[in-house]
Amino acid sequence: MKLLFAFISVVMLAIIPSIGIGYAGMQYVFGVVVPYVAVAVFVAGFAYRVLNWAKSPVPFRIPTTCGQEKSLPWIRQNKLDNPSGTPGVVGRMALEILFFRSLFRNTRTELRKGPMLAYGSSGWLWLAAITFHWSFLVILVRHFRLFSQPVPPFVNVLEGLDGFLQIGVPTLYITDILLLAALLYLFIRRVAIPQVRYVSLVSDYFTLFLIFGIGLTGVLMRYFYRVNVVGVKELAMGLIALRPVVPSGIGGLFFVHLFLISSLFAYFPFSKLMHMGGVFLSPTRNLANNNRMKRHINPWNYPVHVHTYAEYEDEFRDKMKAAGIPVEKE
Amino acid sequence: MYDRGKIIAGLVVFAGLTTLPFWYNIGKARVRPDPRLDTPAIRQMKEKHCIESKRFMIEYHMQMLNGWRNAVVRDYKTTYVSTSGQYFTMSLEDTCFHCHSNEKQFCNQCHSYADVKPYCWECHVKPGEEIAHGQR
Ligand code: HEC
Ligand code: HEC
Ligand code: HEC
Ligand code: HEM
Repeated sequence: MKLLFAFISVVMLAIIPSIGIGYAGMQYVFGVVVPYVAVAVFVAGFAYRVLNWAKSPVPFRIPTTCGQEKSLPWIRQNKLDNPSGTPGVVGRMALEILFFRSLFRNTRTELRKGPMLAYGSSGWLWLAAITFHWSFLVILVRHFRLFSQPVPPFVNVLEGLDGFLQIGVPTLYITDILLLAALLYLFIRRVAIPQVRYVSLVSDYFTLFLIFGIGLTGVLMRYFYRVNVVGVKELAMGLIALRPVVPSGIGGLFFVHLFLISSLFAYFPFSKLMHMGGVFLSPTRNLANNNRMKRHINPWNYPVHVHTYAEYEDEFRDKMKAAGIPVEKE
Repeated sequence: MYDRGKIIAGLVVFAGLTTLPFWYNIGKARVRPDPRLDTPAIRQMKEKHCIESKRFMIEYHMQMLNGWRNAVVRDYKTTYVSTSGQYFTMSLEDTCFHCHSNEKQFCNQCHSYADVKPYCWECHVKPGEEIAHGQR
């Protein structure tokens, strides 16, 4: 049900620009207005979310420690898993962001015959996740060719490596296959494992379908139903130079691609995709474990008005004595 | 706000990366590709028409060439019949470059704009190019 709802939403998102372009001639709306609005919502929403997070105090270090903390000089510290200073934290964050280390360490518990409890690594999720994210990044960087003139050399290097197999014309990009395959795995995992299906929400399916839709329209455009790439680049260059033009005869499929991307960007700040910014702010990862080396004062501490027992006794000593209650000071 | 410095720096980097194309292109002249058609062969044509319709050529010429290559090299089929019933020899050098003998002002106009570098020229020759070993 949730799956169906998410699927229909994405299909609707694909149909909207098709109708707008095919029947209403709204090239300018879908080629210029929508992308501008989407990017504005993306940047402003993203900043808002991050600033909001930054308002929560982090009074105490709460890193998840997976190794020996810094203690006596002859006990070896695990510097990456239990960092005590900034360099260690940077190393740990880099491993987390670039290689998803904590996902890699994800384990699965199984009750085997015996009965015996077994812990195994569940590497497939990590593999699919890292394949997906890196492919996405490579594709995004390769798209820079549509947004720059002259195109910087690192884009060409990436294109060369990615099209290294030289299959067909236009050359097959390895990341295109990897992206779609990884997304397919992530989707199948959601429906095939009952526990995961149980915790999956509409938004989980929606993001998967949306990104799959973007990848699919891109692949269709490149290898099957081609569009006028020169026209697309003119549109893109106009957008970034703030002098938008919409060349005629680009091809409807491109507008579907662009509208889905705009949807993704506009939806981003409201969704779980904010983990892109959130990963940098995860307190269990980005704090050095120096609880015992530094004093961390709770920032919302206000001066508490205390009334100690000694003061209490001073105040009520006479009454206490009269009532026969033992007192500490006579 | 806590860790103000780091948060602001992070957001500035983020906004900078998102709008990178804008910053990268500031002050760069806007060029448009301008594929030229004035070659001797095309000037002689009465009806200036490519192999297929102009739109089809713009969008699909690379796939057409790929199809030609496979047809010639794998199946030894050498003639292509266009939708309008004309016959063409399926050849990159002898057909395309017969009419478009100005590779630099034609193909390359678009290709350098869209950043495509067909690897075909590792083996095939462009018009007017020296042939390395004196024969073809
Ligand atoms: C209207 C502009 C334009 C003209 C003129 C043009 N091309 Fe292209 N060509 C393109 C674009 C754009 C691409 C890349 C499409 C893409 O990236 O999907 C391309 C791609 C190609 C490719 C595939 C490259 C690859 O590795 O993917 C070949 C081969 C090719 N063109 C050959 C030619 C030849 C030969 C000529 C001249 C007779 C020519 N083209 C003229 C725009 C043009
Ligand atoms: C018989 C001569 C002839 C041959 C052969 C020929 N072309 Fe063309 N081509 C033309 C003419 C004339 C035009 C202009 C068509 C128009 O404006 O409608 C053209 C237009 C094009 C365009 C669109 C250019 C633009 O202005 O955007 C492309 C791309 C193209 N040709 C590629 C090729 C490729 C690739 C081949 C080889 C497979 C080829 N042509 C073979 C004559 C030819
Ligand atoms: C490794 C060298 C090499 C590369 C790279 C190469 N070709 Fe070829 N191509 C050949 C050879 C060899 C033939 C066969 C020539 C013959 O049989 O007369 C051929 C034949 C062809 C033919 C048909 C015959 C003719 O005379 O044109 C076409 C069309 C063609 N290639 C297109 C391409 C295109 C498009 C590319 C780039 C995407 C390309 N080739 C890249 C070597 C190459
Ligand atoms: C979230 C961002 C985006 C993703 C994930 C994405 C994904 C893809 C994919 C997977 C392809 C297949 C070919 C390739 O890998 O190069 C593609 C092609 C394409 N994309 Fe995107 N895209 C994105 C943004 C954009 C934007 C902003 C534009 C233009 C304004 C655009 C225009 C195109 C065009 C024109 C093609 C066809 C290229 C060709 O024929 O070679 N894309 N896209």
